[in-house]
Amino acid sequence: MTDIFSLRDDSPVSEAPVSIEEFLGNSNATAVRIEVGEDARQLLPNLDRIAMVEISFPAFTDGRGYSAARVLREAGYDGELRAQGDVLLDQIRYMHRCGFDSFAPEKPLKADQVDAVLKRFDAVYQGTVDGQNPVWNLRHGN
Amino acid sequence: MYKYDQYDQSIVDARVAEFRDQVERRLAGEITEDQFKPLRLQNGLYLQLHAYMLRVAIPYGTLNSEQMKMLAHIARKYDRDYGHFTTRQNIQYNWIQLDQTPDLLADLASVEMHAIQTSGNCIRNISSDQYAGAAADEVTDPRPWAELLRQWSTFHPEFAHLPRKFKFAVIASEEDRAAMRLHDIGIQLVRNDAGELGARFFVGGGMGRTPMIGPMVRDFVAADDLVSYAEACLRVYNRYGRRDNKYKARIKILVHELGKDEYTRQVEEEFKHIKTLNLDPPKAELERITTFFQDPDYDKSASDDLDLSDPDFAIWVDQNVKTHKQSGYAIANISLKPIGGIPGDATSAQIDVMADLAKEYSFDELRVTHAQNIVLPHVKKSDLYTLWQKLDEAGLATPNLDLISDMIACPGLDYCSLANARSIPVAQKIAQRFSDVGKQKELGELKLKISGCINACGHHHAGHIGILGVDRKGVENYQLSLGGSGAEDVSLAKITGPGFDEDGIVDAVEKATNVYLKEREGDERFVDTYRRVGMAPFKEALYD
Repeated sequence: MTDIFSLRDDSPVSEAPVSIEEFLGNSNATAVRIEVGEDARQLLPNLDRIAMVEISFPAFTDGRGYSAARVLREAGYDGELRAQGDVLLDQIRYMHRCGFDSFAPEKPLKADQVDAVLKRFDAVYQGTVDGQNPVWNLRHGN
Repeated sequence: MYKYDQYDQSIVDARVAEFRDQVERRLAGEITEDQFKPLRLQNGLYLQLHAYMLRVAIPYGTLNSEQMKMLAHIARKYDRDYGHFTTRQNIQYNWIQLDQTPDLLADLASVEMHAIQTSGNCIRNISSDQYAGAAADEVTDPRPWAELLRQWSTFHPEFAHLPRKFKFAVIASEEDRAAMRLHDIGIQLVRNDAGELGARFFVGGGMGRTPMIGPMVRDFVAADDLVSYAEACLRVYNRYGRRDNKYKARIKILVHELGKDEYTRQVEEEFKHIKTLNLDPPKAELERITTFFQDPDYDKSASDDLDLSDPDFAIWVDQNVKTHKQSGYAIANISLKPIGGIPGDATSAQIDVMADLAKEYSFDELRVTHAQNIVLPHVKKSDLYTLWQKLDEAGLATPNLDLISDMIACPGLDYCSLANARSIPVAQKIAQRFSDVGKQKELGELKLKISGCINACGHHHAGHIGILGVDRKGVENYQLSLGGSGAEDVSLAKITGPGFDEDGIVDAVEKATNVYLKEREGDERFVDTYRRVGMAPFKEALYD
């Protein structure tokens, strides 16, 4: 198994994730995997019994996983949200801003580089699900 | 003009540092070219036939003289002493060294400029009306809205890896000077019955190999909902846009395949959800941005009188000067289409001249147009003659705005790795054929646009006369099309028939214009005559 790089306080879920189809069937699984093109909203009725969602990035250029992640976070999901696959240093910040807090990259990430990437920008222009206050609020004391 | 505050500056500075780090890792071999490619692309850096090409963003085509001077400095220091103004109101440089780009970006950042998202599958530079703030027919200045969208789209984390590139245009007049409906999202600002400003959204227009005119999906989006509505439009696209075929990946294909009604239904549903997340900026933000776009300090007593006794000056005024909303002032267009030149190119010396003239005569402001020209938006009429003389000295007074030699042409096979045929020599030959300004004026408004491949960067689908270069068994061949328009009378040009070789296409254009001269009624433009008489007489003249 690939090393998990986590930004969470708790330890990564070790249970192997099942497909959405299997999860929605008669499964006791608490870890689910979303393939590209699958609708993350299918999971919304059952978020309270999920400990980890893994979202697949077969190629880093396929950005569907960013929307899937936000959809889950916007619905209140607060479990582990893992990006798996072609997960590269230069996409980590965008992933983090969309709600990912753990990473299973095919090629390992260096902790100090991830740290530098996440700290590079101290201002953001738009609100997402990462709690950062966008500059258009800061400018007006909000 | 918008001015950066400490937040804007810190974001652009951080980007320079980030790109410096990425270039270092690439040069050290820590990342592969495949991994580096989307990083450099999102910073406007393309690998072309001969060298790297860097595209610098000019948000909504507006810049001041200090920024314009920096563009000249970059041409001198990092390139071969010239730059190329583009149909996206940007500038690009064709001979850039990779290891110098971080320093170049640092130079740009020192005058509040950048190359962020000028390429790649992300939201590109927002374009707008080049006469914004000066046009008599606008309901408001569209640029504050464009600036708000610039900020929202900059490093938007969810939409950095879209199926394909994504282009916005924002206008605020009935007359469309920005080809608004040929954008992925075109926004026309309008007032509702209550007098409030809002945005009319057109989604799914575009050129490329499958040209489409964007249908309207919402006739009024209130200012307070602008960001949420744009998020909804983009999210539906990011989730469901095609990724199996790059030629079917633009949003126009999604809107077309789903149908406008179904796409709209999905957007409205997503919008209802996103609106609950409180993502829109506070009202005060659009107000804050708007304060940067107040009218300059006009001399309200300036005279409308203009001495037109110099015939060459009179020709230039007639063709290149447009009505300003303020009496005593005018909008001056600087053509970058001298006969025999390369459309959109300017030397660093010319860029400096335009910067100086903007400072002296146009309240320190310039615009870049999607037709690859420059505008001095606020010139006192009493200064026009002196301005014209100085432009003329610098080879910048070609009186051909919107005439046949004011062509849009892509860089073509002379520079571009995608091109199938050269565009520039064809543009030059056509300009030379019609070099007599009297002959051009006789033909009137005639928008000729040339693309060197099917990707349509030269907007040939939107040309009154469009030319598409293709490769036919290793020989460059040029297809002629007629009847397109990127303006408020938007339409897509239709192909006349078999293509022509390089000299044949020049003859074909002349034959088409002769048909127009013979058939036209009253003050019809070329495109009006074509629409009335149809393709048949043109075909007959071209192929019999």
